[in-house]
Amino acid sequence: MLDQNAFDLRKYISRNPQSVAVWIALFVLIGFGLLRYDNFGSAYNITSFLNYNAMFIAISVGMCFVILTGGIDLSVGSVAAFTSVVAAYLSPYGIEVAMPLAILSGVGFGLFNAICIVYGRIPPFITTLATMLGAKGGSLVISGAQTIAVDWGSNFTQLGMEKAFGVVPWTIVIVGILIVGLWIVLEMTSLGRTILAVGGGEDASVMMGLKVNRAKIFVYALSGGCAGLAGVFLASGFGAGQPLEGVGWELSAIASVVVGGTLLTGGMGSIPATVAGALLLGLVFNILNFENGKGWISFSAYWQMVIRGAFLFAVILFQTRVMNRRSTVEFAK
Amino acid sequence: MTSLTSEGPMRTDITTRLKHHGGLVALAIILLFNIVVTPNFLQAQTLAVNISQVATIAIVAMGMTLVIATGGIDLSVGAVMALSGALAPLIFLSDFGTAYPALGLIAALLFPLVAALVCGLFNGVIVAVLRVQPIIATLILFISGRGIAQVLTNGNLQTFSNPEFSYLGTGKILGFPFQGWLAIAIACLLFWLVNRTVFGRYLLAIGGNERAAKLAGGPVRSVKIGAYVICSVLSGLAGLIVVAINSASDAARNGNLMELDAIAAAVVGGALLQGGKAPIFGAILGAVIIQLVKYTLLANGVEDEVALIAKAAIILAAVYIQQARKE
Repeated sequence: MLDQNAFDLRKYISRNPQSVAVWIALFVLIGFGLLRYDNFGSAYNITSFLNYNAMFIAISVGMCFVILTGGIDLSVGSVAAFTSVVAAYLSPYGIEVAMPLAILSGVGFGLFNAICIVYGRIPPFITTLATMLGAKGGSLVISGAQTIAVDWGSNFTQLGMEKAFGVVPWTIVIVGILIVGLWIVLEMTSLGRTILAVGGGEDASVMMGLKVNRAKIFVYALSGGCAGLAGVFLASGFGAGQPLEGVGWELSAIASVVVGGTLLTGGMGSIPATVAGALLLGLVFNILNFENGKGWISFSAYWQMVIRGAFLFAVILFQTRVMNRRSTVEFAK
Repeated sequence: MTSLTSEGPMRTDITTRLKHHGGLVALAIILLFNIVVTPNFLQAQTLAVNISQVATIAIVAMGMTLVIATGGIDLSVGAVMALSGALAPLIFLSDFGTAYPALGLIAALLFPLVAALVCGLFNGVIVAVLRVQPIIATLILFISGRGIAQVLTNGNLQTFSNPEFSYLGTGKILGFPFQGWLAIAIACLLFWLVNRTVFGRYLLAIGGNERAAKLAGGPVRSVKIGAYVICSVLSGLAGLIVVAINSASDAARNGNLMELDAIAAAVVGGALLQGGKAPIFGAILGAVIIQLVKYTLLANGVEDEVALIAKAAIILAAVYIQQARKE
């Protein structure tokens, strides 16, 4: 099942033409930032940018797997808020206890989603919408609607605030491992092939004898787990479990996945491009901050949402053009 | 469902009836529970409070029902509410609005609805002409619509005192809140539109089978765009009502999470997410159920947070029953 061409650039482009846009946009934006702002390329800006965006990247790659099967997971933001509270409560026991258990609680929500979707045959949109409300209610109940301070005496906050071997923040190391691991799962394992096949055509996949249910349960559990990890980052990086956070995260994650060129209908997409999509949307904020710092113009925080929406629109326009051209070519054959 | 048929015709009859009128049964149970348990439930004031709150959910949910009937979804309703709600005070508090109060009031009612209509056109064209999936197409305005409203108001809370405008949210006719009458009038209009016009026929046909509707020569594009436009305009109206109730416009909170309430109300009311059904009065029933559950829990001292979990359970149960009915 090993795919020899997984990391061949030319093959990558020909298989993911709709992902090219995000890479071009990302490099243009980085080039623009480097030329225009003095400290844009500084180690401080790069590490703090990546450190802050680590949780969004984690959620986005989990979401990418769900969307590849043709599903959707609207619950990730609330689940991350829930697990941040769980992690904060467990923080006195240290990161080695708090992190796995918080991630497990996220996986629990994912498994609940999977059971409703696979066995209850409730559409993913509705199931995860309900889980979103349920997890939000749950996190407010267990926290009493208060932010829960973490234990600063244990090693819990080291994860979000300190650097591995004094070089790279721990969050970035963990997210890096996650990205590479999931990329390998998608491109090189039979499970990954099955996930792509399910998105391409579920009925056909069932008839081919693929383990469709197993693949679907995996992606929702994974997405829940990724949200759990994001919750741990949130609690560790900001020193508190935050039951009110996570609003709109699911839509940011979906936007990252779509900007990265993954088709919402499933069956086609890429993990690196999803990461690029998340970085691109985060960079919009970063560059606006620098631009405000220059003092020429003053964009309020509210402009950032408008510009994000405009970005999404532009990428969608580009995508539809690429896809239409592609489908006409295939039709001509 | 096969096991039910073997248990005799009587049994099947009752169960299928229960399933087809699950919403009404649920409503009856909630009402009975409240009459017995909740203090002061059977009072005019309770009724008025609930109606004034349910009207906005119902109005948006009816629009959502039309969009869902085409097999689509509209995530931008809350953002459109914020946008139209932000525009109205901006207009009647402006120099023009204070100099010509009557003209200013008319402009403050019309212009936000036109802005909402443009939002609907935007959504509709992206979905119907560019063929982008509805979740993504409406995600654009979901993200940036509220941002536009906040840019316009600089994120400030706009308070005002304008009795004429506030009538939209606080007025009463025959002791019954004005927006309640408005919701009923809109429901009658939409019911006629869905069941008695060509537009309605094609709306349901598109949701039932888009390809077939297109091959039959139906104006698929314009009907789809129409559904999104109606949904947006109704959301704009709901945004105005919320602002009128509060005598204040807060772009950050107006319509927040309304997309969830509206989708939930439409689904509880019997709309199929795959499309092909547009139960307008069902949407009102769904909105009433969701509002009453919220009220019941609040009135009995259950916290807001638990109400969220209850809402989640209602949505899952409603769709599960729907799903079982189909099979």
